[in-house]
Amino acid sequence: MTDIASSTVRISARPETAKRDIGIKRRYAAERRFRFYGMAAISTGLFFLALLLWTVISNGYTAFQQTTITLPIEFTEKVVDPKGERATDGKVLLTANYPLLVRDALVKQLGLDASKRPQVKQATDMISASSRTLLRDLVVADPSIIGKTVPVTLLAEANIDSAFKGQIDLKVDESKRKVKDQQVTWMNQLAEAGVLKKSFNTGIFTFGASSRPEAAGVGVAALGSFYMMLIVLVLSLPIGVAASIYLEEFAPKNRLTDLIEVNINNLAAVPSIVYGLLGLAVFINFAGMPRSAAVVGGFVLTLMTLPTIIIATRAALKAVPPSIRAAALGLGASKMQTIFHHVLPLAMPGILTGTIIGLAHALGETAPLLLIGMVAFVVDYPGSPMEPSTALPVQIYMWANEAERAFVERTSGAIIILLIFLVVMNLGAILLRRRFERRW
Amino acid sequence: MNIMSEAAVEKALDQKMNTVPYKMIGKDVSVYYGEKRALFDVNLNIRENTVTALIGPSGCGKSTFLRTLNRMNDTIENCRVTGKITLDTDDIYDPTIDVVELRARVGMVFQKPNPFPKSIYDNVSYGPRIHGLARTKADFDEIVETSLQKAGLWNEVKDRLQEPGTGLSGGQQQRLCIARAVAVSPEVILMDEPCSALDPIATAKVEELIHELRTNFTIVIVTHSMQQAARVSQRTAMFHLGNLVEENDTDKMFTNPDDQRTQDYIMGRFG
Repeated sequence: MTDIASSTVRISARPETAKRDIGIKRRYAAERRFRFYGMAAISTGLFFLALLLWTVISNGYTAFQQTTITLPIEFTEKVVDPKGERATDGKVLLTANYPLLVRDALVKQLGLDASKRPQVKQATDMISASSRTLLRDLVVADPSIIGKTVPVTLLAEANIDSAFKGQIDLKVDESKRKVKDQQVTWMNQLAEAGVLKKSFNTGIFTFGASSRPEAAGVGVAALGSFYMMLIVLVLSLPIGVAASIYLEEFAPKNRLTDLIEVNINNLAAVPSIVYGLLGLAVFINFAGMPRSAAVVGGFVLTLMTLPTIIIATRAALKAVPPSIRAAALGLGASKMQTIFHHVLPLAMPGILTGTIIGLAHALGETAPLLLIGMVAFVVDYPGSPMEPSTALPVQIYMWANEAERAFVERTSGAIIILLIFLVVMNLGAILLRRRFERRW
Repeated sequence: MNIMSEAAVEKALDQKMNTVPYKMIGKDVSVYYGEKRALFDVNLNIRENTVTALIGPSGCGKSTFLRTLNRMNDTIENCRVTGKITLDTDDIYDPTIDVVELRARVGMVFQKPNPFPKSIYDNVSYGPRIHGLARTKADFDEIVETSLQKAGLWNEVKDRLQEPGTGLSGGQQQRLCIARAVAVSPEVILMDEPCSALDPIATAKVEELIHELRTNFTIVIVTHSMQQAARVSQRTAMFHLGNLVEENDTDKMFTNPDDQRTQDYIMGRFG
């Protein structure tokens, strides 16, 4: 039977004339072309990203090293407190001639003749003028070191720092560069003695603004940014989420809410400098709030971040399946219970991601801060958001305006720090998202 | 809640359906979605401790009618309901009636199983919790256990009550949704094509369950399956183009319907 069956099976021959051109080749060619365009686009993007990172990192990594000179400083009573008044007059310790201590130690270390003024001046120029405050703080903190000899690590002056890092071309004629041949000789001499060496630059994280690159850091600016982020988070998250929930769940759909929706979408695209002008006009000129204070910066960035958070939150609320709402309502949950027990927790990953992206955006924002006076030379840590402060990106902007070689590397160094903050924030967003999604 | 003794139920069921009292009365119910009218003056009464099946071709208004019974249509923009629907003696569209309270009395099970993305325990205990039906942990435990038992799910899940309800199979999820509805101790349970997303075995289980639930609850079920209507219901109502065509005892409906359209639909001539 099977034989007969198989022998009787006839396969119809494909008629030659019926072969249609349905464009298979063209379709595949189009697909290949499209793939190529996509890959080209991605490669271009990756290339420029790599270029950016390479430029920033190659310029900036040296900012995390600092040349230091460790000298045995003799805190002679004759210099620090010549009249022996420190018990009665606290000012004596603050106004003492500390650079003299540094000079003496350096002269001794290099074996110079203290009477040759120009030579000694050249030698002391190798050490940062910030040594005065360093020594003063040491003495004020512990007056018992007066009369003792203590090894102190001092910062090298920025040009010596650059020269030691090999960033200054020593073949250039001596008169055309800031580091003199004599200083280079001493530098090598000190380096051989193990007194002068490169170490990790903690200063860039802790110092405030300074006209001396070796004493400049982003610490103060980072605190200002931190205050602002705190204000932005505390204000924009509740306001943004409340506004989104109302608009998405409760508001009637009419012309007014349509208008509000259009405006929110437009506000997200308004140039940030316009928010700066608004902050200047409303918070500083009208409300009389302090200039260059983190609180005003925080308010301005809040206004700027709100549309982003509202849009992200509304999208997250919309994405919650209607069946969950129906289930809760069908059980007799009120609208409020439905939203807070079921919809909001499910929308939480989206809301958090939107918020952190908004915060990261605000962290990197410079333009509005320029207008409210946060381009400030702030040396001391602001004790509260009401005090004058500056922000990380503004600090970068200010350093970028400086000409010295040491500021060039610090600009890139600060950019690296800012980028690390942003990457950490975005990682946080991803982790939070994962965590909440797993729980639900 | 008005629970009849089992003997009384059996007796009532043995009698002719016509003698069973009405639980819900719908009089001249019309529903409009904006300008479009979806239901035309429907007069349909739901009998107590009875399974009433609503059948009819797609778009005939049977789901719309079902959703008027616990005012789920309120959540739809531009939806307007006219006419009068009573639950016992209360007009459910009366402004003094709270929709939250109504839905606690008239529960609902949806087409697609929609457990909350929470544990099985939390799914069942959610209703009692928001309505304050229990205070202590022991009370909640008891409600969860009895509800799951009524839904025929207890033996399958009793060892994993803290696992997410979304991890169950489709049929189990739907029974979990039924348990969730039962936990609030409603008087009426509305089911909107509860088996359309389930396989035949899970469907059989849910149908069996509906049969058992009838002793304690009044059930209204929308179904596309004629066989299902015949299997689970005592009364059947046929809708067509927003009108109620016929409402009758299920036996009569499937053997000797009064209306030609019902006959045609049951025979599969349209729909």
